[in-house]
Amino acid sequence: MSPAEEAGATVRTREPKATERHDRRPTLAVWKFASCDGCQLSLLDCEDELLALTGAVEIAQFTELSRATISGPYDVSLVEGSITTPADVARIREVRASSGRLITIGACATAGGIQGLRNFAASGEYAATVYAHPEYLASLDTSTPISAHVKVDYELHGCPIDRYQLLEVLIATLAGRRPVVPGYSVCQECKGRGTVCLLVAKGTACLGPVTRSGCGAVCPSIGRGCFGCFGPADTTNTASLAARLRRNGTAPLDVSRLFRTFNAGAPAFRDESIAQGGAVPVAIGGPVPRASYGDRP
Amino acid sequence: MSHGSTSPRTIGVEGLSRVEGEGSLRVVIHDGHVTDVALELFEPPRYFEAMLVGRHFTEAPDITARICGICPVAYQMSACAAMEDACEVTVDERVASLRRLLYCGEWIQSHALHVYFLHAPDFLGCADAVELAERDRATVERGLGIKRTGNLVMETIGGRAVHPVNVRVGGFYSAPDPAAVAALADPLRRARDDALATVEWVSGLDFPDVSGDYRFVALSDPGRYAIERGRPASSDGLNVSPGEFARLVVEEHVERSTALHARLGGHDQYLTGPLARYALNSGSLPPLAAEAAARAELGSVCTNPFRSIVVRAVELVFACDEALSLIEAYAPPDPPAAEVTPRAGTGTGATEAPRGLLFHHYEIDADGTILSARIVPPTSQNQLTIESDLRRVAEGGLDLDDDDLKWRCEQAVRNHDPCISCAAHFLDVTVVRE
Repeated sequence: MSPAEEAGATVRTREPKATERHDRRPTLAVWKFASCDGCQLSLLDCEDELLALTGAVEIAQFTELSRATISGPYDVSLVEGSITTPADVARIREVRASSGRLITIGACATAGGIQGLRNFAASGEYAATVYAHPEYLASLDTSTPISAHVKVDYELHGCPIDRYQLLEVLIATLAGRRPVVPGYSVCQECKGRGTVCLLVAKGTACLGPVTRSGCGAVCPSIGRGCFGCFGPADTTNTASLAARLRRNGTAPLDVSRLFRTFNAGAPAFRDESIAQGGAVPVAIGGPVPRASYGDRP
Repeated sequence: MSHGSTSPRTIGVEGLSRVEGEGSLRVVIHDGHVTDVALELFEPPRYFEAMLVGRHFTEAPDITARICGICPVAYQMSACAAMEDACEVTVDERVASLRRLLYCGEWIQSHALHVYFLHAPDFLGCADAVELAERDRATVERGLGIKRTGNLVMETIGGRAVHPVNVRVGGFYSAPDPAAVAALADPLRRARDDALATVEWVSGLDFPDVSGDYRFVALSDPGRYAIERGRPASSDGLNVSPGEFARLVVEEHVERSTALHARLGGHDQYLTGPLARYALNSGSLPPLAAEAAARAELGSVCTNPFRSIVVRAVELVFACDEALSLIEAYAPPDPPAAEVTPRAGTGTGATEAPRGLLFHHYEIDADGTILSARIVPPTSQNQLTIESDLRRVAEGGLDLDDDDLKWRCEQAVRNHDPCISCAAHFLDVTVVRE
């Protein structure tokens, strides 16, 4: 038994059917760890391109789409989700071993995701808040990105990822070139679409200056400050932005919260959230005991 | 195929496919009887109820959207409703209508995904929609077209299809431009035609003759097919406020299972989702959807879980039709959101996610800081019923060989479109060590 199997991980395989075409299409595998499924859904949301894509690659493993699986190795693996259990620590190593190129998609896989908020809590605190018997859980105290465990060939950011960026990454990977995905900030996208700067004109708290582009600056276009879905841009000055937000009247706790959402584990955001006090009193006291809702013991 | 009378025959599916999230199922058959069934969820817990504590009440819609990428609007809407309940705010009808329109987009997107990609391939002997497309590309393209339209509605009203950004407690950040909303009418009319064709297509599928004795629970909103608001009601006469419903739903440990199961009043299993909505609210369907249901011979109640695909197709017709009505009557809410001032208290919000009733319950303090959160998704409410279905379907399929029985059992689970990503984040996970 492999270490992964001992730890409870399952890598599912089947023999190819006799009718299956054995062609030279590259194989694509899609893997899920702790996540919401939204980034892999982005692949199915490529409605106009999906059937062309499935003509160009053989989908060998994609549990949400198909009950058929083909055993590895796989030319390209897309990995969604973060690592939060001992079994998944083992499983991601197996995925890495069976993958040519391994691409992580989304904030969970690249930064630990919203569930990475547990990283700021005391050991075991989150489990004890939600679960009656945390000692039964095979769950880690941390939620970590895939890159903390195995070598990653490319990271595509976003919560959720942009489906066109995903297509670009897939096409580039299959063509053996570097994906064209800009690392500049949301500010550039606002300028590009002619959105008046909310931070300057209205004093709205906005993470746009330090957040990676890719969403199309959709929030500022509807009068909402950027809340950092795509994580830190390639170059950031979070301290300067935080100082500006505070001068505009945003309380330190709120500045810290702004940096502490879906990409809370990304170093630039993590460090600034701590610099801004970071003492978000997470989960102290816990929710009303569930027993109060009924007669459960 | 013969099976020894002494050794149990076990049908196991590790890694259920074409469901959202990670689960497995196990059926044990001994001496020609099903002795044990279990739907197990091994999705890792993400502790949403813990991470919400200490956050501002205005953050709940965006944080809880991340529970599920397939139905983020459902989470946003239930979170908003709960916070507005806690803060004693009622939104005006224009905001309510815009929410309903956004929600129609999610129903269209999610139902098209389920009908064409997750459910239909089973009935046609295909492993997936890709294989189906090799046989019948036009049909799969029709499904993709409907799905695209649902996403277009979500992008136009919500800013993007996965995890929309325009929703806030009290309403919206910005009212969509009337011209952009009006431009949805053409694609929605095409999607409505395609949805009618979908009803015709799926009603001709071959369904196993299975019937469940369900206790249905769905929101009720007099005169309307409930989506974004209503009172939880059941097929045996319950009709209560969302807050009262949250008190009645008790979640229990079941020894052999890894998951926590919801029961109503501590006793009864129940079913939410399309079958329940249809059974309780089909009288409120507008004519076009009602006529499509009649042509599909659904009757006023459908108790064959395999035929839920027909009910979903009828709901697709309804959601397209309803979206068109809302677009025609669209007047931008001004202001786009009600002002919501936090006050210390509790609130409950319940809405109809594509796969069933979803409720949130929060306690917040006077500053708007969340003190506690409880989120109960449809899949945890449906899980006991799904297991009952699994037992019934397995008993009716004992003559099938293992591969076919396995497939039939998978179908019994997929009938209810379970979202394991949603459910596992809240379910108590128990490991029984013997």
